[in-house]
Amino acid sequence: MSPRSSVMDSTEPPAPVRNAKLNLAESGRWVWTQLTSMRTALILLLLLAIAAIPGSLLPQRAADPNGVTQYFSANPDLAPVLDKFQLFDVYTSAWFSAIYLLLFVSLIGCVIPRTKHHWDALRQQPPRTPSRLDRLPGFTEREFSGVAPEAALSAADRVLRAARYRVVRYERDGVLSVSAERGYLRETGNLIFHFALVGVLITVGLGGGFAYNGQRVIVEGQAFSNTLIAYDSFSPGRFFSDSALQPFNITLNSFTTRYEERNANAIGQPIDYTADVTTTLRGGDPTPAVIKVNQPLNIGGTSVYLLGNGYAPVITVRNAAGQVIFNDAVAFLPQDKNFTSVGIIKLPDGLPTQLGLVGFFYPTVSTGHSGASFSMYPDLLDPMVTLNVYQGDLGINEGLPKSVYALDTSGMTKLTGTKTDLPSLEMKPGETAALPNGMGSVTFDSVKKYVSLDVHHDPAQGWVLGFAIMAMLGLFTSLLIPRRRMWVSIQPVEKTKKLLVEYAALARGDDPTLEAAVGHIVDAHIRDLGLTRD
Amino acid sequence: MTDALSQYSVLSLYSAMAVYAIAFVLFTIDLATKASEGRVSAKFSRIAFALTWVAFALQLAATVMRGFAASRVPWANMYEFAMTGTLMITAVFLLTNLKWNLRFLGAFITGIVLILLGLAATRYYVEVVPLQPALQSYWLVIHVFVATLATGFFALGFSLSVLQLMQQRREVAVVNGTKTRLTSLGRLPDAVALENFAYRLIIIGFILWTFTLIAGAIWADKAWGRYWGWDTKEVWTFIIWVLYAGYIHARATRGWRGTRSAVLALIGFGAVMFNFTVVNIFFKGLHAYSGL
Ligand code: HEM
Repeated sequence: MSPRSSVMDSTEPPAPVRNAKLNLAESGRWVWTQLTSMRTALILLLLLAIAAIPGSLLPQRAADPNGVTQYFSANPDLAPVLDKFQLFDVYTSAWFSAIYLLLFVSLIGCVIPRTKHHWDALRQQPPRTPSRLDRLPGFTEREFSGVAPEAALSAADRVLRAARYRVVRYERDGVLSVSAERGYLRETGNLIFHFALVGVLITVGLGGGFAYNGQRVIVEGQAFSNTLIAYDSFSPGRFFSDSALQPFNITLNSFTTRYEERNANAIGQPIDYTADVTTTLRGGDPTPAVIKVNQPLNIGGTSVYLLGNGYAPVITVRNAAGQVIFNDAVAFLPQDKNFTSVGIIKLPDGLPTQLGLVGFFYPTVSTGHSGASFSMYPDLLDPMVTLNVYQGDLGINEGLPKSVYALDTSGMTKLTGTKTDLPSLEMKPGETAALPNGMGSVTFDSVKKYVSLDVHHDPAQGWVLGFAIMAMLGLFTSLLIPRRRMWVSIQPVEKTKKLLVEYAALARGDDPTLEAAVGHIVDAHIRDLGLTRD
Repeated sequence: MTDALSQYSVLSLYSAMAVYAIAFVLFTIDLATKASEGRVSAKFSRIAFALTWVAFALQLAATVMRGFAASRVPWANMYEFAMTGTLMITAVFLLTNLKWNLRFLGAFITGIVLILLGLAATRYYVEVVPLQPALQSYWLVIHVFVATLATGFFALGFSLSVLQLMQQRREVAVVNGTKTRLTSLGRLPDAVALENFAYRLIIIGFILWTFTLIAGAIWADKAWGRYWGWDTKEVWTFIIWVLYAGYIHARATRGWRGTRSAVLALIGFGAVMFNFTVVNIFFKGLHAYSGL
């Protein structure tokens, strides 16, 4: 009898007809009814929850490619089997996609008929007053004297309208009544919520297709312009085209870090990173801006994030004749939280043989018991560079692109450092060290900082947010607004010459305040009629 | 100054735990005594409830002092998440009781709070340290706070669902005339009423959790440059959301009301606890801020 079940029942599958001669259309309809049933939606939701679990237990290619590589080398037998089942790409796997696509088909199939049903309900009058109210929740009786039936009826009408009910009057066998309903917004909210979920799914999918995402390292004083070749790494969506790259420039003026200096439990913990930049959007004036960790820069519909930072020692290399053959700020990759960093310098030309320099940088150098150096503080208190020199083929003449952060030393001869006759070259800022065999010299001029920026553009992001907020609001209304019907029936009593007034209500869904709501209407009705409570 | 303040905070927290422990014992005695002995136990329940207020006040003081000692919100590492999270659980319990009499949940609530606080204080205590740049955002205030608040509602829903399942067994036993050791539950609301209470609290938790999910995505977009990346913590937040959506649908599905939907509420809260403990401690991911 509950109006709530009338809608829900429309999504319940009828008992399946086990008939051998079930024709195609019938079985199609049967499958559809099953799919769009509440029970199927529930099962699919639970399946989706279970299917999401393995992606949190195993490393995923999209989020943690190194983790996947490590997993493969640690479990050479198991990993390929897991890979067959797409367990390293759970969230794009066929089985995960199948579950959520089915769920959304079910969702659409369920929501469209409900929308129509609700649309009709919105334009219908509240239904006839039931002939017996006394078995409904909140049933209340009152007897009034000296009040005309019509007056009581219009008062009930007024009071219910004031409480935002939709009201219609009925008469049956001399009994006047009003039938009222409110809370249509509950179902509206529910439908908006479910539609908004479809919206989120579609915009997330589309956005991923048109988005791009690139990384770039910039040293203080350098500039970066938003073109494909400027990126160190770049991952475009399926429908990406170059025209999505907004023409802008970013120059890194300076990068400052602040480290905790007073709290003894956190000495050296970073507390602030600030990149001061100048940006130019094509045709515009240079504009100063700041990028921080939780404060990306927005430029031309593109967001630029501060992802990482490090030190770039400025190194000059001269040959035996004193000519400068290399002069650059070299980005060293941090290895620990105190910025012990590793960097590579390749010297293909200008010397008798090709040389590769593998360097360590310590912003605050210290020496451990074993004699090995390390950095004991992340800031530049006592910086030092050490370099090991390798001689031989750098392998860059084959035309294959090589990472600037890696040097393949397998075919090279080590000239300085451990297991050689010569110590590593060690330099403080401003110092110069001699290359072995009189080949020339290396100077550590100064230290600059670098940042690594992540540039991200997703044209559908605003839409995703919009649908998410819509879902949230829909959810709010649908779970918190009560939908209820209320009736007031009025009949004169022959014997006592009084007026018998009955009140009752019916809720749709869970409604803890239903009876209190009837009480309020009763009180308001009595007040409106100018009577006192008996 | 900071040191003294954080030490007072610890002191206050340990006192709160001692008071919670006494309240827990009294609540448990109350829950376990039979209806016929109701006189004594009703008194126990009242005292236990008053003690829970005392413990709450002590814990609130501990949490506020911790926040002042750190000059920031006191929810930025595992120890602090536990402290604020359990504070929220108690707060939701106490405030709900202003509206409905759900004191019989006291044993569950003080029990959960004690276990979590005990673990946090003994295993995961860390000294006050400043916020790292990745956490310096007003989203830390909003996102984490709402998440812990949601946890409070889910905890109450969980306790009600456990009682609902026990009550159901008792009711079946009474109908069949078989013996049951759950007779003391005769004083509590019936299984359907317990289920309705659970549902009302869980939907509030669910709304808050939906907000947590969206706020988390907005923050992830600001801090990491993408709004969703299936990071382990994101995965579990999603799983919890889907489980509770399942719970809500179960309540509206014939054949799934009652026992099955209660079991889903238990699984949902299990996932919340898993997300808070195991995922924070053992899983690697971008959310590795728990300061362990
Ligand atoms: C992506 C999948 C789905 C999610 C996340 C989801 C989520 C929810 C949530 C959170 C609610 C409670 C809030 C509200 O009433 O608006 C709800 C209610 C509801 N959903 Fe879904 N839903 C999904 C799919 C479906 C499907 C496929 C159906 C149809 C078979 C469906 C039918 C309903 C109905 C009838 C209600 C109202 C239940 C009630 O009156 O308590 N939903 N859904």
